[in-house]
Amino acid sequence: MEGIIAVYIFMLAAFTGYEVISRVPVILHTPLMSGSNFVHGIVLVGAMVALGHTDSTLGKVIGFLGVVLAAGNAVGGYVVTERMLEMFKSTGQRKPQKGSH
Amino acid sequence: MFTGNAARLVIDASYLLVAFLFIFGLKQMSSPVTARRGIIWAGAGMLIATVVSFAYPGMHNYPLILAGIGVGSLVAWWSGKRVAMTDMPQMIALYNGMGGGAAAAIGAVELAGGKAHGSVLLALAVIGGIIGAISFSGSLIAFGKLQGLIKKSWRFVGQQALNVAILVVMLAFGAWVVLSGNGSPAAVLVFFVLALVIGVTMTLPIGGADMPVVISLYNALTGLAVAFEGFVLGNAAMIIAGTVVGSAGTLLTQLMAKAMNRSLANVLFSGFGETAAAGGEVKGAMKPIEAADVGVMMAFAQKVIIIPGYGMAVAQAQHKVWELTQLLQDRGVLVKFAIHPVAGRMPGHMNVLLAEAGVPYDIIADLDEINGEFATSDVALVIGANDVVNPVARTDKSSPIYGMPILNADQAKNVVVIKRGQGAGFSGIENALFYLDNTRMLYGDGQKAVSELISAVKSV
Repeated sequence: MEGIIAVYIFMLAAFTGYEVISRVPVILHTPLMSGSNFVHGIVLVGAMVALGHTDSTLGKVIGFLGVVLAAGNAVGGYVVTERMLEMFKSTGQRKPQKGSH
Repeated sequence: MFTGNAARLVIDASYLLVAFLFIFGLKQMSSPVTARRGIIWAGAGMLIATVVSFAYPGMHNYPLILAGIGVGSLVAWWSGKRVAMTDMPQMIALYNGMGGGAAAAIGAVELAGGKAHGSVLLALAVIGGIIGAISFSGSLIAFGKLQGLIKKSWRFVGQQALNVAILVVMLAFGAWVVLSGNGSPAAVLVFFVLALVIGVTMTLPIGGADMPVVISLYNALTGLAVAFEGFVLGNAAMIIAGTVVGSAGTLLTQLMAKAMNRSLANVLFSGFGETAAAGGEVKGAMKPIEAADVGVMMAFAQKVIIIPGYGMAVAQAQHKVWELTQLLQDRGVLVKFAIHPVAGRMPGHMNVLLAEAGVPYDIIADLDEINGEFATSDVALVIGANDVVNPVARTDKSSPIYGMPILNADQAKNVVVIKRGQGAGFSGIENALFYLDNTRMLYGDGQKAVSELISAVKSV
């Protein structure tokens, strides 16, 4: 990738992250931290590529550890975020549930 | 090679879609109505990214890659499904640390294998590696502290000086790796070990109460580390996703520190969370009340505001509180929940705990929304909260919590505080609210006290 283009991407992405979060109500801060934690699980693709292109034993060991950790970040982040967000319901969504008990 | 180029094209196009799905998903997560869909969109993005990355030109070690994904996914899936909602902050810390560790591992493989060419890429690999390694070991310590595995705080004279010394040596090794142009495995190894040590020594002195801010900071740092390693690998999806998380996480960290009335530097370098602060003496006496009287008071009220704190969650009283709320609602009482930004263990944690009990999010208000309403409410019920309703934060300049935004519970016509005993709170600061003329204390375990309130309201 061209160096300067990468810097442009970096700058625009930084503003995007700031803007997306700045309008979030406090009630969603914990799920959102968890959600952003999931998003950096994209490190998995980097770990895959690093392991996929290494030949030394040391490289394979570290690369394998990287893939395990990255997969844990992505999957764990998804599971806990989804579990938290699933519970957020409004009064309207609650009522039918209350009747069915 | 044609097939290689074609594969590259498919991968790059997919990464564009993935970046879109991540940002769109995060955007959706900013409203409680669409939040659930948001994480599913982002999840779809992750799945696409993972699948197409197998097609990277020149890849081998497929069995190892598949085994790694399998092991990591299974362990994380199993633990993520089992963790209790009260333990969520430390679980997020753990998964975040894993991401940081992965970013450091990428840096290590690229450096030790001599894959990163040119001083710019070498420097980026080194910086990403440092940040990732610090986030990894620091997050593990944060996990250990919140989980109760690490109880001591390990503070000693000259600690900051020692940290700076380790930092300088580590940076020297980093600079050597960059300048010599080929990472000799030994230099790279020493460098990473030192980075891991710094994460530990930085995090150990920080008290448990400040840990959420630290976790949020490490979350932002992991994002940055991922972005830097993305530069090294020329991977646009990593650059975009990592940077978005880096900036969003930084903002989130600032918001949290502000809600706690602390600066980030103060959190990292002072160690407030443990030292018992003195604070001024409070005159007067706490006036006890019986559950039956509180039941009558609430049953005939027009508006009741409930202020839950982490103590409620520890007592597992949130389900009973919701039962009480429904009883009052059936009698026509307007019930609202007031949440302080640092109720629970991190901003928004209390909302998660209430949501788990079944409380709908539209009767839960945050500090700015509800503070004007206390004056028109008949009862403010404080359960398991302490410092966040202490009026000395507004009045007493000598108090360590002076200036912290609080919930104005003292302005309600009647204040009822459910509390175990007469002792001071988490921070050791006396609470002036408990001594006010319009305040009554309902002593007892949170869950038991609320159960008594429920039967009191039923018998009215």
